[in-house]
Amino acid sequence: MNRIKAFITDFGWPRIIIAIFLLALFISAPFVGVKLDASFTDVFNRFGQNVIMVLALVPMVQAGCGLNFGLPLGILSGLLGSTMAMQFGLTGPMGFLVAILITIFFGSIFGLGYGKLLNKVKGEEMTIAMYVGFSAVMLFSILWLLLPYTKPDLVMGYAGEGLRRSISLEKYWDKILNNFLALRIGSVRNLAGNLSGGFIFPTGLMMFVAACVVFMWFFLRTKTGTAMTAVGSNPDFARASGVSVEKMRTTSVVVSTIIGGIGILVYQQSFGFVQVYDAPLYMAFPAVSALLIGGASVTKASMLNVVIGTLLFQGMLTMTPSVINSVLKTDMSEVIRIIVSNGMIIYALTRKTKVTK
Amino acid sequence: MANESSLLSLEGISKDFYGNVVLEDVTFTVGRGEIIGLVGENGAGKTTLMRILFGMPVIAETGGFKGRIMLDGKQVAFTSPFDALDAGIGMVHQEFSLIPGFTATENITLNRESMKRNVACDIFGERMSVLDRARMRTRAAKAISRLGVKLDPDILVSEMPVGHKQFTEIAREIDRSNVKLLVLDEPTAVLTETEAEVLIQSMRMLAAQGISIIFISHRLHEIINVADKIVVLRDGKAVKSVPVKGVSVHDIATWMVGREVKGSSSMLSACSEKVFLKVDNLWVDMPGETVRNVSFDVCEGEIFGIGGLAGQGKLGIPNGLMGLFPAGGNASLDDSPVPLNDPHKVLNNHMAFVSEDRRGVGLLLDETLEWNVAFTAMQAKGEHLIPVLGGLFKLRNERTMKLLAEEYIKTLEIKCTGPKQRAKELSGGNQQKICLAKAFALKPKLLFVSEPTRGIDVGAKAIVLETLRRYNKEYGMTIVMVSSELEELRSICHRIAIVDEGRIAGILPPTAEIAEFGLLMSGEKTGKNGDAA
Amino acid sequence: MNPLKKFEPLKFISDNIVTVIFLALTIIAIPFSRLSGIYILSNLIDRFARSAFLVFALILPIMAGMGINFAMVLGATAGQIGLIFAIDYNVMGIQGLLLATCIGVPLSIFLGWFCGQVLNRARGREMVTGFILGYFMDGVYQFFGLYVMGWLIPIRTREVMQVTGSGVRNTLALGPVRGGLDNILNLQVGPFHLPLLTFGVIAFLCLFIIWFRKTKLGHDMRAIGQDQGVSHSAGIAVDRTRIMAIVISTILACIGQIIYLQNMGNMGTYTSQRQAGYFAAAAILVGGATVSKATIMNVFVGVFLVHSLYITMPIAGKEIFKSAMVGQYMSDFINYAIIALALVLHAWRNKRNADLARAGLRGHADKDSALAAQAGAVQ
Repeated sequence: MNRIKAFITDFGWPRIIIAIFLLALFISAPFVGVKLDASFTDVFNRFGQNVIMVLALVPMVQAGCGLNFGLPLGILSGLLGSTMAMQFGLTGPMGFLVAILITIFFGSIFGLGYGKLLNKVKGEEMTIAMYVGFSAVMLFSILWLLLPYTKPDLVMGYAGEGLRRSISLEKYWDKILNNFLALRIGSVRNLAGNLSGGFIFPTGLMMFVAACVVFMWFFLRTKTGTAMTAVGSNPDFARASGVSVEKMRTTSVVVSTIIGGIGILVYQQSFGFVQVYDAPLYMAFPAVSALLIGGASVTKASMLNVVIGTLLFQGMLTMTPSVINSVLKTDMSEVIRIIVSNGMIIYALTRKTKVTK
Repeated sequence: MANESSLLSLEGISKDFYGNVVLEDVTFTVGRGEIIGLVGENGAGKTTLMRILFGMPVIAETGGFKGRIMLDGKQVAFTSPFDALDAGIGMVHQEFSLIPGFTATENITLNRESMKRNVACDIFGERMSVLDRARMRTRAAKAISRLGVKLDPDILVSEMPVGHKQFTEIAREIDRSNVKLLVLDEPTAVLTETEAEVLIQSMRMLAAQGISIIFISHRLHEIINVADKIVVLRDGKAVKSVPVKGVSVHDIATWMVGREVKGSSSMLSACSEKVFLKVDNLWVDMPGETVRNVSFDVCEGEIFGIGGLAGQGKLGIPNGLMGLFPAGGNASLDDSPVPLNDPHKVLNNHMAFVSEDRRGVGLLLDETLEWNVAFTAMQAKGEHLIPVLGGLFKLRNERTMKLLAEEYIKTLEIKCTGPKQRAKELSGGNQQKICLAKAFALKPKLLFVSEPTRGIDVGAKAIVLETLRRYNKEYGMTIVMVSSELEELRSICHRIAIVDEGRIAGILPPTAEIAEFGLLMSGEKTGKNGDAA
Repeated sequence: MNPLKKFEPLKFISDNIVTVIFLALTIIAIPFSRLSGIYILSNLIDRFARSAFLVFALILPIMAGMGINFAMVLGATAGQIGLIFAIDYNVMGIQGLLLATCIGVPLSIFLGWFCGQVLNRARGREMVTGFILGYFMDGVYQFFGLYVMGWLIPIRTREVMQVTGSGVRNTLALGPVRGGLDNILNLQVGPFHLPLLTFGVIAFLCLFIIWFRKTKLGHDMRAIGQDQGVSHSAGIAVDRTRIMAIVISTILACIGQIIYLQNMGNMGTYTSQRQAGYFAAAAILVGGATVSKATIMNVFVGVFLVHSLYITMPIAGKEIFKSAMVGQYMSDFINYAIIALALVLHAWRNKRNADLARAGLRGHADKDSALAAQAGAVQ
């Protein structure tokens, strides 16, 4: 009981407003002609699509490295993973698996370098992380043009070289998780004999997400994970207990980068396309906002924060266009998204950090 | 009592922090152009007295104080340090409060710059005035000349030697037009002997110009050298307030330390002759507590005390040996070398440490008691872990962590709601017991405890000391205890080393005369033959 | 000591490494671009007049210890709002620009005050907060431009309105005010256009900054920039002074953006302000400024260098890699990377200097270990 109460007081008014706003959207949806079953399908899909990138932020927050605005580094390793697996001509589960392995490989390398860099610059880490992320994305934009990709599916048609802006996964592993054991509830068989409408539960996607969340939960309970949390909570205490603070911080960055890479792979298979060039530029921001909306602070984050935050944020993104647009006849969702997500980050940055010292 | 010639008189000043009395009926006067030497051990109440004089908000927030402060024959009650400054009282703190990238002139005139008005002032206010640098420089030069020292007004603070920084600070205070009284808090602590000598000359010059000075220092010969009157604080009371004439360093040291200790000699027997910890030429770079060159031996089963005034380096010794600050030199435990600068290896080498910085280093305030007690044992020794997948991963064993925490909650009588409570919710005394439990959980052969009773109440103090004594007796644990409270060291230790200026001034038995300790602390006597004791 | 003097050039390079790298890149790019010196120079003059003012907006917050004011985007936004009204009311030339300024400046004061309040609550992470504040403002500005305009505030001119009939167009032609400042005193010297009035405005701004540093307020900002604690105990109103630094910065950004856009002749209604922020931060850092120190010289050097690269790099990239896109991405990459590099170097130098300062205080048992430790610390 006390823990629930403490949770509510910690939750803060911006989150409660967002939750109420979302609830209002769901309640009013049927009245303005928005189908709830389709909305729920959308919310679940987008939740699964994005939640792993939010999860990727947790280790760094726990280790006291702040919000990982350098997430694009992880995303780039994911892009390398999927494009290379495709270049090798691998499809289906095999392709997806190899993509994950390649991602882990590059994620470890990028994470190691990035972690070492962040250790050197304690202080304005978040600003530096942001610009390191930006410059990495632009550097890779050049590489996407120059790397020797040859598969016709991947490269630009007229030049025969350089990756396309967005690459279809249709022949590879499009919706491989979403469609695995997907459950249809309340659908209707139409004249052509195809199922339509109703709520579709993406079982495979949810299982994968659950596995990732459980993995992270376990990881934070290992000796390393425990040491990491202590480093974030009080680095001096951790050091006095024989823990290498720098090593733990680097480890957290590596784990964050790898999970970020896997996050983008899951995103791609659900979205159906691999987007390269400047697409990853701003991808850290929605993930960061989602985590903060879930109740995390700049120094503490839990699995619960990840799940609640992503549900609220993606729920809002799904519902505002359909509901608000039917009411106001104009697409205000983009504006609402910008204000809510960045407002949330500012709120978290200006709040007195909770770590007692 | 205040007479016509006195500038400031403090009458019956008393102050308690929530029942904890720190000042009791302190009364003394400061005459015009008089230099008062204010001495006392750490915690004797000097800082609180100055806070009261300056009207620091923390005093009012904690219930105000009793007594009267008279300045120029009128009662004053400052509500902020700025009021005190306006009334002509200046203070120079121990830590420099100077802006490094500014010149001496800019620092001396900081926020009191001479200005030339211009048209923009009428629209946007006074802050649009242009600085009158020529006049600022003249003012700075004048203030410096009043000190009687040579100091270039155009030199940057960051490029100054330490002594010049001190003079810049004093010059800033006397640049005020109405300055009548200066409080100098340990101004010579960071100075070399020659620099200190120049400073003392300056103080004499200022006094001759009619400025009164309250001079706080632990260097007793300086006090005798420069002061007209000496006020000794002990345990919040002004035990002496006498003219300096005819007083010796030895007298002051006795007044400062004061109390007699009862029956500690009986404890001495337990100590064996075998050298357990051997430290040679240790240096430690700990900010504010630098250790320069320290050598000592600790016998097996001994409780070895390390005392000395704040800032002299006594805290640096355990922090350096435990690898928390860069250190060099040699140390060996039970004839095997102690690895320096590596906390992990030290913890595995049968050593444990209870830090003086309980909230900063000692505890994970936002985590549970289980975590606090078991974390170090888990990380350093790999205890409280469950191997998963044949040891590929090690998960923390929350069950044994809980058992461990419960065990110590019981044996150390820690008052809490249970092992799941967060460390920040406990009282100071119980937090300290958690720190002890954390160290005991490592089953060390040698335990460093640093300021174990700082900031905890009397009852808890007794329990903490009793626990240390018990572990020493029952488990033969060798203990090195660092404390600012001499009496505490004398009541529990077999031998006591006094640290002064980063070196061991001498090692004394607890039964030694109080004045001996006092003299070692104030650097009046180097303990060349102290080791023989 | 003599040996130290001998290493002076190396020290100069290492102290200004960001500028040196940028200079080297530009020198490499120029021959590859095959552009004529006259073309580059006349372009540089034009671009300098256009954008120098914007970069000056960053000086005061750096002086006040608040780092790069990424929230200068707020001021640029205010300037754009002013321009929208000037175009909508069809006020031509310099009058239009003055009207835009009259609308933009009060708005900047308000936004700057708001921004200062927020940054005062985010001590130690002003830069990232300012950056996100810029994005947040984008949302508010889009709400204003797309929904408030045309709904609460009627749009009079059809060219301003979106084709759908509500809100301000995504790209706005600034025909009526184009060159409103540049063309008033334009001197043609050989192939070069010299917009004398614009130069005059920039010169005036330089004088203002020089004068401002000498005022009590400027002096207080410098003090706060170095040590907030000492400044506070000396009685300087720290929070208020920091807000003032941001307000002035926001006003300058507003005017700077108006000058920039009157030269460009059209504006991306919802994107131009953001580019202003990226450009100004890159320029001042390339010019050799750090997060804690910036001079007028840094602004001049930075503006020239960044523009030299902007002019040459896309073409050089195209020539080297036979791809126009590579050149474009290369410019973007260098722009971001140079900011990252400057921030990393600054943070790293701060850490190293702190370590060096400690090394001096280190107590040593004997001279050998003292020397060894010092040698170690220097490395």
